[in-house]
Amino acid sequence: MSDRLAVRKTYKLYVNGAFPRSESGRTYEVTDARGAFLANAAHASRKDARDAVVAARGAFGKWSGTTAYNRGQVLYRVAEVMEGRHAQFCEEVAAGEGLSAGRARAVVDAAVDRWVWYAGWTDKLAAVLGSANPVAGPYFDFSLPEPTGVVAVLAPQRSSLLGLVSVLAPVLAGGNTAVVVTSRERPLPAITLGEVLATSDVPGGVVNLLTGDAGEIGPWLAEHDDVDAIDLTGAPAGRALELERLAAGSIKRVLRPPAEEPDWTADPGTGRMTRFLETKTVWHPIGL
Amino acid sequence: MTHVLDPGTLEAGTRPAPGSGAPFDDVTRSDAALRAFLHGLPGVDQVGAEQRAATLGTRSIKTTAKAWAIDTAISMVDLTTLEGADTPGKVRSLAAKARRPDPTDTTAPAVAAVCVYGDLAGVAVEALEGSGIHVAAVATAFPSGRASREVKLADVRDAVGNGADEIDMVIDRGAFLSGRYLEVFDEIVAVKRECGDAHLKVILETGELVTYDNARRASWLAMLAGADFIKTSTGKVSPAATLPVCLVMLEAVRDFRAATGRQVGVKPAGGIRTTKDALKHLVLVNETVGADWLSPDWFRFGASSLLNDLLLQRQKLRTGHYGGPDHVSID
Amino acid sequence: MTSLFEYAPAPESRSIVDVAPSYGLFVDGEFVDGSGEPMKTVNPATEEVLSEIAVGTEADVDRAVRAARRASTRVWGPMRPADRGKYLFRIARILQERAREFAVLESLDNGKPIRESRDVDVPLAAAHFFYHAGWADKLGHAGLGPDPRPHGVAGQVIPWNFPLLMLAWKVAPALATGNTVVLKPAETTPLTALLFAEVCRQADLPPGVVNIVTGAGDTGRAVVEHEDVDKVAFTGSTEVGRSIARAVAGTRKVLTLELGGKAANIVFDDAPIDQAVEGIVRGIFFNQGHVCCAGSRLLVQESVHDEVIASLQRRIGTLRVGDPLDKNTDIGAINSAEQLARIRELSDVGEAEGAHRWQPVCELPERGFWFPPTVFTDVSPAHRIARDEVFGPVLSVLTFRTPDEAVAKANNTTYGLSAGIWTEKGSRILAIADRLRAGVVWANTFNQFDPTSPFGGYKQSGYGREGGRHGLAAYLKESS
Repeated sequence: MSDRLAVRKTYKLYVNGAFPRSESGRTYEVTDARGAFLANAAHASRKDARDAVVAARGAFGKWSGTTAYNRGQVLYRVAEVMEGRHAQFCEEVAAGEGLSAGRARAVVDAAVDRWVWYAGWTDKLAAVLGSANPVAGPYFDFSLPEPTGVVAVLAPQRSSLLGLVSVLAPVLAGGNTAVVVTSRERPLPAITLGEVLATSDVPGGVVNLLTGDAGEIGPWLAEHDDVDAIDLTGAPAGRALELERLAAGSIKRVLRPPAEEPDWTADPGTGRMTRFLETKTVWHPIGL
Repeated sequence: MTHVLDPGTLEAGTRPAPGSGAPFDDVTRSDAALRAFLHGLPGVDQVGAEQRAATLGTRSIKTTAKAWAIDTAISMVDLTTLEGADTPGKVRSLAAKARRPDPTDTTAPAVAAVCVYGDLAGVAVEALEGSGIHVAAVATAFPSGRASREVKLADVRDAVGNGADEIDMVIDRGAFLSGRYLEVFDEIVAVKRECGDAHLKVILETGELVTYDNARRASWLAMLAGADFIKTSTGKVSPAATLPVCLVMLEAVRDFRAATGRQVGVKPAGGIRTTKDALKHLVLVNETVGADWLSPDWFRFGASSLLNDLLLQRQKLRTGHYGGPDHVSID
Repeated sequence: MTSLFEYAPAPESRSIVDVAPSYGLFVDGEFVDGSGEPMKTVNPATEEVLSEIAVGTEADVDRAVRAARRASTRVWGPMRPADRGKYLFRIARILQERAREFAVLESLDNGKPIRESRDVDVPLAAAHFFYHAGWADKLGHAGLGPDPRPHGVAGQVIPWNFPLLMLAWKVAPALATGNTVVLKPAETTPLTALLFAEVCRQADLPPGVVNIVTGAGDTGRAVVEHEDVDKVAFTGSTEVGRSIARAVAGTRKVLTLELGGKAANIVFDDAPIDQAVEGIVRGIFFNQGHVCCAGSRLLVQESVHDEVIASLQRRIGTLRVGDPLDKNTDIGAINSAEQLARIRELSDVGEAEGAHRWQPVCELPERGFWFPPTVFTDVSPAHRIARDEVFGPVLSVLTFRTPDEAVAKANNTTYGLSAGIWTEKGSRILAIADRLRAGVVWANTFNQFDPTSPFGGYKQSGYGREGGRHGLAAYLKESS
């Protein structure tokens, strides 16, 4: 068995439920933490980003219209399939992040558990964040959270799986669709996650994963008029200001990057979900 | 939905001659057709209607406008006594008041009508002779309407026979609320026939119909059956006349005229006691149906104590100072 | 229709207000001179100059921010929350006590009918303070953790359409949550904010908690860009909103924006027509249409188009345009010559693009800034009057045939502040409300506001909410 030549995986983009190469034809070399060759990843271009936004917008109606219970089940299903790919994730995380097998296992465990945590949020958000408002008049008035829309996510550069899950799952739990630019140096777990998404019940287009350079694609997403929000967590150093300014043009909701990449094992709280939710208030008269 | 309120949708050939309910003849062919028609009328949102009425209630009517409105309101009063204790003496004193509401000021206009029970209509006719003031009689087993059709029609005949030139009938609210619309319709048609030349005011008793949807349906039903006026209430049930119910009824007569060409009057009755209330109603008329309805021929107040308040306010405008209850007559 | 019943003039007395010939800036509890060239505020109904107003420069704004910072760290921040609440209760009460004065002053400075300033603006402003007063010592129950903290100094820039009410929407939640405030009122409507400064003094509010710096765009920019401001809140145009978002980019400042709108008011064929017509009128002619959430696009089902338009035109014919201080006025003056020019320009474009303009017979005063209530029919979604915010009494009428088409057209805008639905069918209301991309949906009503009810936009109408529990989030840092 040991003399068998391995069949290697080709890592491509994940857009609209399919795995295309970059339309630019570009790839870049991904190495492990010690510099050894791992794969040639697709190097996404601005046109790939554009296609991904179209896919995400197309998927938004159905995903946001899915019942919260169903969305929770679909997301839970993702965790189930992740669990099945546990070993592969461990290998990729260990190689990319230079972790021991034990540390990598802990990270993957945490990532799966994080996904489960968010899956359980879908049908609690409205109760926790919504309200019946006692207005001073004969009206029934209620407020409910609704997804913001298409969210561009610049995923963390260091934490290639747990960090990615920690920024992506909250976007999805609220009913948004996502265009994610993965860690540039450590993109492989993201594409494996794409394979998980493709083989679970998440509709195509809900998540789009672009491997490549956030510094190159980020401005196109920040300025894109059909992107409703942008998470700058993984913005390259020194680029956040420029990206936030570009995002101002279409009044995007912007999640600013932390000073440095946080400890993703900490309790995430609800902040990453509420950031990408709108509040809709509905009034109706009360009468006979 | 049939757009009954839009005369433009009527076929050219079926366009009504003014004064008839012609385009809607087919809707009274059967109970089912009438129900479908009445339930096809646009709904009334309670909160919206009340808000509109309340907003109009904030109009500020001052000086010359107030003087005009007070005199107009006086001329629209159906001065009413509907007590078991009514006597010919009481009716005669009311008639005197109707002719000359303010003994100290001959410029005060006369009221529109005196409204009594049918057995006293003759007394009123006699007392009002030559005044031009109408005599209205309530009939059809007023106020409950709970009697057989024959008794109700006899009641009408009696009142007309006693000289009443206006008949205020009540609809059968029981039949209406249980959905027997055609029965209510037929009864109004029958009463109208008995009225002869007398004007027919149809009391909906909106306090018992409860919803504005019902008030609108009952208004249309009464107008289709030939009502000359639609009237809110008997005054024996609370709530009686309210601004929003009057608004809904005004919208109905407005739309009915647009659809048929026939103009129907409106009479809020019961609960209108102050000049302020009356003025609010006139504002409602002015801004809902317009000047065409701003005359006693098309708008009346069914009231008793209202008149004295109107007179007090009139004296205040004239003299510049406030009066008191002893400066107007108690009848 | 001849008018038998002519309402005699019923003017609210102006004598209740005492407008000073000039006003300074309100900084650290005192009125002080501004360093800029003073500006004049005029009564838009008469073009009469009401007063001369100080203009705050960067240096003035800096003094105000420093005062606010001092008050934040020394007084307002450490104060017992219940006491902060009591100050807000006091303010609410004083606003109620002086309601008439505020209403008259608002109508004078803004041009809005006294009926609206008296019955809407001022009572709602007081209600906002009363509502938020109660929150001051209950913030741990607001869903933001057990001990949420204020940001510190809030820089707030408000528009001219609801001068006092927008002040209340900004100041009340900021103070209740323990922030101090530097507020920049609109250039054309500073007077009620300056009267509010007097209310703060009557309430013995500690100096520096509320600072009011008048001026124009430059003053607002100085507030927004001041480096010691922690929180920026802006209500106004989307254009300015963009520049503010750019200005605070890369800073630690927290931003909320309440911007423009182009709301669809959708009328189905089974609507309660008379109330729908009222709702259309309230939607677009309330406050001369100077309302960010105005129902400026009427989407009416084709089958009832003619009926609705006929009713609407009849109803508009009864609107009384004129003296804002007359208690019977429904539509007052356009707030400024500049705004009037914009309304005229967009209306002319509407006509040039092929839409049909309808206006009632309507006598307008000779002096002042006036525009009659206007309805455009035959409007196509491509017309500018169907896309651009006019911010005036101008309604664009479009039609639809199916619910899907209604939703698609309603959402076909870069804005997302509000929308209206008129139908008697409950399940349809919920289905349409669910699919509209707008922060406030009024079903069988329109333009209702309440301090308990979160208000704010989707898309380019801004972000953040004002009012309700949700509104507190804009002024608090979550605790864990």
